[in-house]
Amino acid sequence: MSDAPAATPDEAVSAPEPPSRHGCPLSDSRGQVVLHPSRQQYVGVVRALLDEGFEMCVDLTATDYLLFPERSLPAAVTPERFEIVVNLLSLSAKERIRLRVQVPADDPSIDSLFDLHPGTEAMEREVFDMFGITFNDHPDLTRILMPEDWEGFPLRKDYDTGAIPVQFSTDFGARS
Amino acid sequence: MSIVDTIRAGNEAQQGLKPRSELTARELLREVGSVLRLSEAEAAKLGDVPVDPTEDQTMIINMGPQHPSTHGVLRLMLELRGEEVLRCKPIIGYLHTGMEKTGENLTFMQGGTNVTRMDYVSPLNNELVFSMATEKLLGIDGDIPERAVWMRMLLSELNRMSSHLLFLATNGMDIGAVSMMIYGWREREEVLRFFQKVTGLRMNHNFIRPGGVAADLPSGWRDDVLKLLDLIPPRLDEYDTLMTGQPIWRERLQGVGVITAQEALALGATGPILRSTGTAWDLRRDMPYLHYPEMDFDVIVGSYGDAFDRYAIRLNEVRESMKIVRQILDRMPGGDYRIQDKKVTPPPRARIDESMEALIHHFKIFTEGFKVPEGEVYTAIESPRGEIGCYIVSDGSATPYRIHVRAPSFVNIQCMPHMLRGGLIADAVAVISSVDPVLGEVDR
Repeated sequence: MSDAPAATPDEAVSAPEPPSRHGCPLSDSRGQVVLHPSRQQYVGVVRALLDEGFEMCVDLTATDYLLFPERSLPAAVTPERFEIVVNLLSLSAKERIRLRVQVPADDPSIDSLFDLHPGTEAMEREVFDMFGITFNDHPDLTRILMPEDWEGFPLRKDYDTGAIPVQFSTDFGARS
Repeated sequence: MSIVDTIRAGNEAQQGLKPRSELTARELLREVGSVLRLSEAEAAKLGDVPVDPTEDQTMIINMGPQHPSTHGVLRLMLELRGEEVLRCKPIIGYLHTGMEKTGENLTFMQGGTNVTRMDYVSPLNNELVFSMATEKLLGIDGDIPERAVWMRMLLSELNRMSSHLLFLATNGMDIGAVSMMIYGWREREEVLRFFQKVTGLRMNHNFIRPGGVAADLPSGWRDDVLKLLDLIPPRLDEYDTLMTGQPIWRERLQGVGVITAQEALALGATGPILRSTGTAWDLRRDMPYLHYPEMDFDVIVGSYGDAFDRYAIRLNEVRESMKIVRQILDRMPGGDYRIQDKKVTPPPRARIDESMEALIHHFKIFTEGFKVPEGEVYTAIESPRGEIGCYIVSDGSATPYRIHVRAPSFVNIQCMPHMLRGGLIADAVAVISSVDPVLGEVDR
C-alpha cells in the first residue's frame, strides 16, 4: 500500500500554514478579511491594528449563535455561544478588517475598547443592552435603547418574541 | 428635596446624567468630551466646577424628548451654569422598536420593508445597503443588470438631495430662519413627487430589492428629472442669498460646535461631520461601489469643523449630487431592471397566466422566500448622514440569522457632548441640528 495517501513527515512540514495575522487565525468571508482573536488577544490586536493604520472603529456588534453553532470558523477557533464582531476601517489604506471574538455563555464579558476607540462607547452599551455581554472598564454600562428596568436581553436567541404587555416605568395610578 | 434626590427619584436616573458628586472620573471624562484623549485628571480639571454642598451653582435640565429642535425624540440632559453648557448626555431609545429582532423573522424578500423604515429620511440608501449585503451573500453582486445599477445610483443620489434639502429646512428652522423651513420642504417635496412616480410611495419605498429594483422607470421619467434639475439650482442660489452670505446666519453658526479631525475619527463620526473637519473621506470616492468610480464629482470638505461647515457641505453636496444625476441621465442603459436568476426573481406577471410552474414558483418565492447560503458579510455605503453599514449572518435559510445595521446617526450622536461643552444653550440647538440625526435610525 505504498501509494496510499498517508501523511509523511515531509508532507506535514510542507503543508501550508493556516493564514494568520498578529497571532490570530485569518479567514476570508466573501472576499472580506476576518480575524479571529481570542478574548485575551482582543484589545492587544485592536491596538496593533490601530498602530498599523486602522484608525476608525466603524462598528461593534454581537451575534448569538445559540441556534447555529455549526457556522464555519478556522480550525484553531473554538466556537462559543456569543461572538463580538468589530469592523475596523483604515482611511489611509482604504481597507477594512473584521474581528470576530468568541465569548462563552457562562462568562459573557470582554474588555472594552473605550480607551482605544472612544466611539465604541454607545455600541458597547447597545451590545450590553441587547445581549447582556458586559464590557470590563466601560465608563457607563447601562441600558441604552431599552428601558432600564427591562428584564432579559432582546436579541438573544432564547428571548421569546410574541405578545408582551406594554411596560411603563411609571405607575400613573388609577384614573380619577 | 435637593437636586440630587430629585434626579435620583426620576424614572431614568441610571441612564441619565448623574450629579457630579456621584460621578467617577471615567464618566466625567466621557461627558465632558472623552474624545480629547486627555488623561482623566486633565479632563476632570476641564470640567472643574467648585463643589458646593448645596449644588446650586449648576443646574441639570432636560432638553427633549419632545423639544421641537431635537428632531424627533432625542433627549439631551444638560448641566448648565447660567447659560453655559458644562456637560451633556444624549439619552436615546424612545423610538426603539426592535427592528433588528424583527429583521430576524422577515425573509430576505421582506427585509427591505424593515430596513427602509430605519433612516426614514433616506430610505433608498438603507434598501441599497441591505440589498448589496444580501447579493454578496448570494454571490450575485457582480451580475446585477446594468440598468438596475444605474437606477440605484439615480435614486440614491436623488435621495441624498431630498435628505439634504430636509436638513436645510430644519437647520433653518432651528436657527430662526423660519422661511427656510418652508423652502426646504417645498423643494424636497419636488423630489419626493418623483419618487412617488417611480416607486409608488413618497417614503419607505421598498423599491431597491435583492437582485435589482422592483420596477422599471416609468415613461417620462427623464423629463421629470430634467425638470427637477432645472428647478433646484436657482433655489439653491436663493438659499445662498438667504443664508450663506448673511451676517446673522454666519455669526450664528461659525465657530459653534467645533470638532477636530482626530476627535471625529476617534468617535467614529462619518459623513458631513467627518468631512467638515477637513478629512476628505467619502465612500463613493474612496471605497467605491456601483458605478461611482466612473462619475465625475467633488468631495466637499470643510476646514473648521464647525456648524457652518456642516451646513455648507450639505448645501454643496446637493449640487454635487445633481452633477452625478446629470451624468447618470447621459448613461442610463436599457435592458433588464432585475436579475434573471430564477432563484431570486419572481416570474413576470404575464408568465403566471400561461404556466402552472411559474405560478408555483411565484407563490413559493413570496411565501417562503429564497434561501441564502451560509456566511456573514458587512457592506457599507455613503448615506447622506455618513457610513451606513449592514452586517448579515445567514444560516442558510430564507431569513437572516442576524441582521445589524450600522446606523450613522447612532454613532454621530456621540459627538454631541463634545461639541456642546463650553457653548451656550442657544448654540445647543444649532449643534443638534448640524449633526442631523434621524432618530428612527438611532433607535432602530
